[in-house]
Amino acid sequence: MDGRAPSMRMALTVNGGPVEAVIEPRELLLDFLRDRLGLTGAKRSCDVQVCGACTVLLDGQAVSACCTLAYEARGREVTTIEGLAADGHLHPLQEAFIEHAAVQCGFCTPGMILTAATLLHDVPAPTAEQAKDYLKGTLCRCTGYWKIIEAVVDAGRRTRETRE
Amino acid sequence: MLRPFEIHEPATVAEASRLLARHGDDATVYAGGTELIPVLKDGLAHYRHLVNIKTVPGLDAIAAVGDDLRIGALATHRMIERSPVVRAHAPVLAQVAAGVANLRVRNVGTLGGNLCFAEPHSDPAAVLITQGATLVLARSDAERRVNADGFFVGILQTVRMPDEVLVRIEVPALRPGAGAAYARFALHERPTAGVAAVVVLDGDAVTAARVAVGSVGPVPARVPEAEEALVGRRPDPEVLREAAGRAGGAVEVLEDLYGSVDYKRHIVTVLASHALDEAVARARGRGH
Repeated sequence: MDGRAPSMRMALTVNGGPVEAVIEPRELLLDFLRDRLGLTGAKRSCDVQVCGACTVLLDGQAVSACCTLAYEARGREVTTIEGLAADGHLHPLQEAFIEHAAVQCGFCTPGMILTAATLLHDVPAPTAEQAKDYLKGTLCRCTGYWKIIEAVVDAGRRTRETRE
Repeated sequence: MLRPFEIHEPATVAEASRLLARHGDDATVYAGGTELIPVLKDGLAHYRHLVNIKTVPGLDAIAAVGDDLRIGALATHRMIERSPVVRAHAPVLAQVAAGVANLRVRNVGTLGGNLCFAEPHSDPAAVLITQGATLVLARSDAERRVNADGFFVGILQTVRMPDEVLVRIEVPALRPGAGAAYARFALHERPTAGVAAVVVLDGDAVTAARVAVGSVGPVPARVPEAEEALVGRRPDPEVLREAAGRAGGAVEVLEDLYGSVDYKRHIVTVLASHALDEAVARARGRGH
């Protein structure tokens, strides 16, 4: 290889749309999303998968984009916070975060909401304890977490009522 | 920016092993990446060849064979945490998997990677050691079986040869009269200390016991002094306290950013007490 990076072509889905790109194997998913696709909702913060600010969904599962190779997204579906609202309507979690004032500086919010979205997928109307279990390791330095937990529980309740 | 590397995509374990052998020190196994990618990012190690064993089909399978549990090395902590088979056959292992780091790490990180990386601050190994698990290592032409007890040789070091791939972990069923438990203490993503226990009761006497301590020393390890304090005796509170004290007193402990030697010995003693209480209660018939 002589220090020259090999490159590879990959096709993936990002927020519902097809994307094709030539990547280097060493490229991180977070850099790919932010620098190449301009999707800056996922944040670089701790950079060691401890804080959750870089959370994106890979085939519906929360991952730390800061420590995931872009290569891992080949043939798969990536969802970032930019892709959560559908047809101009905010996701119930986004509405609940606004109503409960669960956002202060907003830096952790994309990770909080995406992680909570996987919770609502697994557990349609979660309890506060279940919300804490999923959100453990997604850090917020402003809110003290209570409003976030309330918003997630409320979004779950409303989503279930809508379904019923 | 990470230094450049090439990713190989073997279709079989044999092919993966041959790639590892061919590239020697320039290659490493790439699975979940939760340990490897941060190491590469920090520049603590560099490999020009990553052998992605996730392209080998079936290495993440979880199945019961008779009463025994077989966990593919690529099963993620999340898969183990949620597996009805693991919950039925080795509930303590499911409990431990549920406590690993955070959801994102559990979604991606694998049990095999956790064991092979051999970071001392980790939970699953102590449980596997007390439950008599076997690790199956494969090369291009052969397999060998290693007791979990003998797998770890030092900080970040195991008996795995560079061209061997850990393919599965086999966990035998607990025998009748046995109870298992794990108690841990963690302030950060990684645990400060963890104690696993298996206690076998016949009537009112302990006929066999295993106590293993993780996270506080260079390797997760059994503490024979604690086990000997239990065998042949009635598991009364004072007996369990004595064994717990021996666990804290005899285990090899290293001082690090998680705490001093004295502090860790104290924590281990408390955790051993909790683990032994719970293991005995379960052995007496409260399930597991």
